[in-house]
Amino acid sequence: MKKVKLATVWLDGCSGCHMSLLDMDAAIISVVRKVDIVYGPLVDAQVFPEDVDVTLVEGAVSSQEDISKLQLIRQRTKLLVALGDCAVTSNVPGMRNTIPVNKLLQGIYIEKMQDGRIPGDHLPQLLKHSRPLQDFVKVDLCMPGCPPSSRAISGMLNDLLEGRKPDVNAKVKFG
Amino acid sequence: MAKKTISIRIDGELVNAVEGQSILEAARASNKTIPTLCFLEGLSSVGACRLCMVEVSGVDRMLPACTTPVQDGMSVTTTSPKLARYRRITIELLLVERNHVCAVCVSNGHCELQSMATSLGVTNVRFAYNYPKLPVDLSHPRFVLDHNRCILCTRCVRVCAELEGAHVWDLTNRGIHARIISDLNQKWGEAKSCTNCGKCVQACPTGALAEKGKAIEEMVKSTENISTIMRRRGVEA
Repeated sequence: MKKVKLATVWLDGCSGCHMSLLDMDAAIISVVRKVDIVYGPLVDAQVFPEDVDVTLVEGAVSSQEDISKLQLIRQRTKLLVALGDCAVTSNVPGMRNTIPVNKLLQGIYIEKMQDGRIPGDHLPQLLKHSRPLQDFVKVDLCMPGCPPSSRAISGMLNDLLEGRKPDVNAKVKFG
Repeated sequence: MAKKTISIRIDGELVNAVEGQSILEAARASNKTIPTLCFLEGLSSVGACRLCMVEVSGVDRMLPACTTPVQDGMSVTTTSPKLARYRRITIELLLVERNHVCAVCVSNGHCELQSMATSLGVTNVRFAYNYPKLPVDLSHPRFVLDHNRCILCTRCVRVCAELEGAHVWDLTNRGIHARIISDLNQKWGEAKSCTNCGKCVQACPTGALAEKGKAIEEMVKSTENISTIMRRRGVEA
């Protein structure tokens, strides 16, 4: 049987959702038998490949670079999953949304630091707001949670691999 | 004089109700569940949260079960695709209106808004988040008021006025600008009428009112005592 191409992406998040993904213990063996992880922080690929079946996206969209990445992912992915609260609601990254970006950077890098300076131009510009994925692209499945439990993630993956529509609600909550 | 018993239909089933009861009371008395947030047994009902909306045959709009009195021969529908849809929208609008960042909330895991979202199948919010800049009042020695988490259910207002008898809390402004205030819009710590009893904290369904010093997930509340006292009062009166 042809293996399912799975990608994972880490935008503005803490990687906790990836930790939770890895935390599924022995269950990961049965998942990995059926999938090829073709892109993400867990593997080496540098470019997001074409024709990916499922992409799990962790994190909110906080910079122009995040938007470009996400749009490319959407183009090349059949089923896009918003994994975790940051991707679904913007969550903790969104807590800066009430503060203007220049004040935020000033506060963190100048006022709170001795001899600090705002990081250089080569870094992605922050957007005015950190926003959930669905504000930019079509999201096929939302799995809230901070992080979603590994049981919820493995349940969702197994449902997808066996061609069922995942019933995420029974296993997830915001936060 | 004993109150008149009447019969109504709830989801097709014939049940007995007492004149003067709300649809919600009658439903609960016959073990039927209608979702609620602003309702707290023992306190007056205000129909603020709109989650308990039900359909009554012959009425072309949905009615809040907590404030609609039963009428003889009334036929009530408590579950339908339409109601489920509107209840979901209600929860989603509550979630976008302020900053409910569950992951870092003292009430994470013990929040009625959060558990209601789960039970109504809300896995995402289809509306744009509002991200308002809202204050947190830390002036009280024992308690915190975080407007970011407030859903304006007014349970705090009612428990303070109706059970404690202090009426510290009230609402100011209207619509999206509405806020809970203490006394005449003073800081909570400066509100002279506050007796520091903490009933408002226990009545609050979210993390908007909390005890100081609680970290994430630590603020567990109980409304049981409030309802028990109010029930006893009802019997004595």
